[in-house]
Amino acid sequence: MREEPDRVQVPGFDIDAVRADFPALHQQVHGKPLVYLDNAASTQKPRSVLETLAHYYGHEYANVHRGVHHLSGRVTDAYEQARNRVAGFINAPSAREIVFLRGATEAINLVAQTWGRVNIRSGDEILVTGMEHHANIVPWQMLCEQTGAVLKVAPVDDDGVLDLDALGDLLGDRTRLVAVTHVSNVLGTVNPVAEIAARAHQSGARVLVDGAQAVPHLRVDVQAIGCDFYAFSGHKMYGPTGIGVLWGRAELLEAMPPWQGGGEMIRTVDFERGTTYAGIPQKFEAGTPHFVGAIGLGAAIDYLETIGMDAIAAWERELCDYAMQAIVEVPGVRVIGSAPDKGAILSFVMDGAHPHDIGTILDMQGIAVRTGHHCAMPLARRFGVPATVRASLSFYNTTAEIDALIAALHKVHEVLK
Amino acid sequence: MELRDLYEEVILDHNRNPRNYPYRPPGANHHAHGFNPLCGDEFQVHVKVDEAGVIEDVGFEGAGCAISTASASMMTEAVKGKTVAEAERLFHAVQDVLTDESAEPSDETLGKLKVLTGVKEFPMRVKCATLAWHTLNAALHDQEGTVTTE
Repeated sequence: MREEPDRVQVPGFDIDAVRADFPALHQQVHGKPLVYLDNAASTQKPRSVLETLAHYYGHEYANVHRGVHHLSGRVTDAYEQARNRVAGFINAPSAREIVFLRGATEAINLVAQTWGRVNIRSGDEILVTGMEHHANIVPWQMLCEQTGAVLKVAPVDDDGVLDLDALGDLLGDRTRLVAVTHVSNVLGTVNPVAEIAARAHQSGARVLVDGAQAVPHLRVDVQAIGCDFYAFSGHKMYGPTGIGVLWGRAELLEAMPPWQGGGEMIRTVDFERGTTYAGIPQKFEAGTPHFVGAIGLGAAIDYLETIGMDAIAAWERELCDYAMQAIVEVPGVRVIGSAPDKGAILSFVMDGAHPHDIGTILDMQGIAVRTGHHCAMPLARRFGVPATVRASLSFYNTTAEIDALIAALHKVHEVLK
Repeated sequence: MELRDLYEEVILDHNRNPRNYPYRPPGANHHAHGFNPLCGDEFQVHVKVDEAGVIEDVGFEGAGCAISTASASMMTEAVKGKTVAEAERLFHAVQDVLTDESAEPSDETLGKLKVLTGVKEFPMRVKCATLAWHTLNAALHDQEGTVTTE
């Protein structure tokens, strides 16, 4: 007789009320109720965020940058309030250290092309890990190409755990930067970023953390982590697309040259006397920002805080355990990533069924998962799989949805027989 | 739109038992590599064309999803013994039926390949069905570089 998975606790919040807050969850796909398990790719938006976007686009709208008229003043205040909200959310010492950008990818590229171009020289080393997303690999490869620096890679073990001893061995006098993901978008592994930051600093290296998969799912405190830069994206944390954040230590941001030139990032512009730049964070916010997006991100933070990151993390942990226990019962399934400290991301392969086919079969059941290499080709190669299926959970998912996933997986072999 | 439209009997059979796979014909004189990195389908197509321009033998290697594998397998069966010109016509016919809204699948031209038309209902999978064909085409024209349909 099949063993029932351990009884799962109920979430520390009203799950039905929460699900009612997300209109997109309540639709049919191919005649079946949507089961949205692609949250690592992007997340659905609560009504409060949607209403905020509609309000600012539809009513309280003007360009920011402290125009004299009433609407401009209101919107500028709301934009800067959002900056304060973000600083509070990640416990940054100051809102001056919050740069609004398009997303985590842009944030990492900014650091590579400003801090990196000034501080990295030929023969220097940049240390990343084998589980990084391309966004935290390619900008460093490009920087190495430009400067003659060398990219080193800390390995990942068969359970998807970062080899900290190997990382320690790779840290040396030439290491200038360690760039590491907080939570792996494929394995779900939560890395001990505070410990890594401490070790890196002992070696005289700076630390950038890719927090894209962390901020939506656990409480992040950049001061407690002790890193130098932290990057994340709004659309992965229930906020709008096209908005994201780079947090950086004030002294580092102040020393970095500007990136994009244009309006707002300047003090004065003069053909004869040259141009002087604004202070932080404006120095890195050229042009009209996605201010409505930033205000929407602030609303997303407010929503998350009403539920509480601890309650969110606890429920997602329950869902993850429930799913891990159930999925290993499906014949032929191999889960990739079984770190003891792991976020609610399940990547897997199945004997005799290609991820792409699994994805289509699940899609026909209304189940949204992602298939492929998930922007982590080196990791896929390391695990010897050209592609995986990835189910990534959020606090608005239910155990019933996981049951639906498991039932559909059982069907896969029937379909391909 | 039903799964059976895509995972139709013939396709499933070709996926489970791909013909001319893994097979590199002795004396093969045309080769090409096809790769769709986003989904992980990757094939090498090997063709032996004789002096009269007839495809004497053909095989493929690599790995991919059920649709790409089945399409590659059916392709090798369909082009073996055909002239290069006939194989090219088949390639265009398959391309058209999968990507052109108005194209009418002709039983006469496509023959057994007609089962591939079901893939049209699943636009995200069309690239899987066409990968091997583009790779074959590249091989026959001795094109350099890796082929992709993404």
